[in-house]
Amino acid sequence: MALDTDTVRRIARLARIHVDDADLAPLADELNNILGWIEQLEEVDTDGVEPMTSAVEMVQRLRADAVNDGDLQEAVLSNAPEPNDGFYTVPKVVE
Amino acid sequence: MAALTDLTIAEAGAGLASGEFTARELTDAYLSAMEGARDLNAYIAETPEQARSMADASDARRAKGAAAGPLDGIPLAIKDLFCTEGVLSSAGSHILEGFAPPYESTVTQQLWDAGAVMLGKVNMDEFAMGSANVTSHYGPTLNPWKAASGDAAGRDLVPGGSSGGSASAVAARIAAGATGTDTGGSIRQPGAFCGIVGMKPTYGRCSRWGIIAFASSLDQAGPLTHTVQDAALMLGAMAGFDPKDSTSVDLPVPDYTAAMTGDIRGLRVGVPAEYRMDGTPAEIETLWQTGIDRLRDAGAEIVDISLPHTKYALPAYYIVAPAEASSNLARYDGVRYGLRVEGENLIDTYERTRAEGFGDEVQRRVMIGTYVLSAGYYDAYYLKAQRVRTRIADDFRAAWDSCDVILTPTTPSAAFAIGEKMDDPIAMYLNDIFTVPASMAGLPAISVPAGLSGDGLPLGLHLIAPAFGEETLFRAAGVLEDADGFDARP
Repeated sequence: MALDTDTVRRIARLARIHVDDADLAPLADELNNILGWIEQLEEVDTDGVEPMTSAVEMVQRLRADAVNDGDLQEAVLSNAPEPNDGFYTVPKVVE
Repeated sequence: MAALTDLTIAEAGAGLASGEFTARELTDAYLSAMEGARDLNAYIAETPEQARSMADASDARRAKGAAAGPLDGIPLAIKDLFCTEGVLSSAGSHILEGFAPPYESTVTQQLWDAGAVMLGKVNMDEFAMGSANVTSHYGPTLNPWKAASGDAAGRDLVPGGSSGGSASAVAARIAAGATGTDTGGSIRQPGAFCGIVGMKPTYGRCSRWGIIAFASSLDQAGPLTHTVQDAALMLGAMAGFDPKDSTSVDLPVPDYTAAMTGDIRGLRVGVPAEYRMDGTPAEIETLWQTGIDRLRDAGAEIVDISLPHTKYALPAYYIVAPAEASSNLARYDGVRYGLRVEGENLIDTYERTRAEGFGDEVQRRVMIGTYVLSAGYYDAYYLKAQRVRTRIADDFRAAWDSCDVILTPTTPSAAFAIGEKMDDPIAMYLNDIFTVPASMAGLPAISVPAGLSGDGLPLGLHLIAPAFGEETLFRAAGVLEDADGFDARP
């Protein structure tokens, strides 16, 4: 399942990472090198094996559905690149 | 008297308790040593004012007879992956440059509650993705050790990674101990490369809250220290239930140092056949055999075991960890915190922010993760890797029928020169071949310095225990450490 440059462009778009066209081919080679090495997993018989979804055997805890903090606007915005009047800002999305 | 920075945590704690020196004197000794060792690039943010004020508070507590415990007044380095309130927490990434969290991670808060002193934040591979501390936005950290001979002689060596700043700082005695995090070997491998102890607890033992996430089903915090006893002391403060982490386990934290009885008579030590891999240098095999002999001489019973899926742990890890990373790192979008690079529109802003903010290795892994989770490939890659992960965990479960701990080498080589393996990701990944299986199974493991390579560089031995078997792990590691008698200095 070797990746071509179109697929790499699509993955980069899904990952929201800008890749210049000139860099697509070398990136495809790098990713194919890694994916090719990973393909040895096909040797492992996993028929009937459940996927491992938790690193420790534990029962999922539930917590009370209660508000336990708030009024943190200043702290929440303290690292924002361009806060404005208590809000985050983004480039205009609706003309 | 030896320099204050030569003391272990336990020794420094005793000196503070007896009034031989103050926490302020101890902290000042470290701050001065840090200034003299800046060429290592271990610290990316020094916090001397905070350190002095925490040390003074420790001395004031002690004067009132209210010292908090064995870590009160002990100066520590904190991996830059831990959020520390008001202090740079960047994960070694450009995208979080200047990020000062408005909150404190649970693990560091527990250390401060225990009286420890923060010296600063230490360097690491970007978002903990790396095995040589060469992917940091802040540049590589140097290993304080130098090779006496061989290809790497005279060259600057990597400290290992991703907790490379932590390991280098402890080895260079510019921190009494350090926190690290371990996703596939990121505490144990740098511990081995720098000739110190590195310990990864059971998944769920330490809270992940406030630790910048890499791969959430694998990430665990742990200590890097000079001795096994120091690791036991630090873990005692770091571990514990935290309702803010849904995978934190609600079990009491035992006194880990009390478990170090020095007696391993009858302990069954498993030696897995599959860790004897083609291409492993003879000196690593020899070191492993030495470790086996030392534990047998101490009264352990050596048992040959099999972990058949060992070789598949690393490729499975390189699906699971990037997949989780691609989800976790989706939050860095240039809107709420960190770097923003303006684009032509919102999507372009996201894409240019992430292209500039993330380094090559992080971009590579985010893309691999995005691909293996994408429609049409999820079953073939991600589900397959999770099934292999079950196989790996089952291997260990079966092994515990016949043994109590497992002994392996920590790494397939000693530290290498900065610049090596840089253009070959898979060669870099293979550093973690002996440490990744325990990570995939969520098991506690520790690297103990065991000897020097032919070129005069430290090598580690690695012990793995069943889930929540930290006490057995510390007991066995303490005996191994005594038998190794490792006292070489960089």
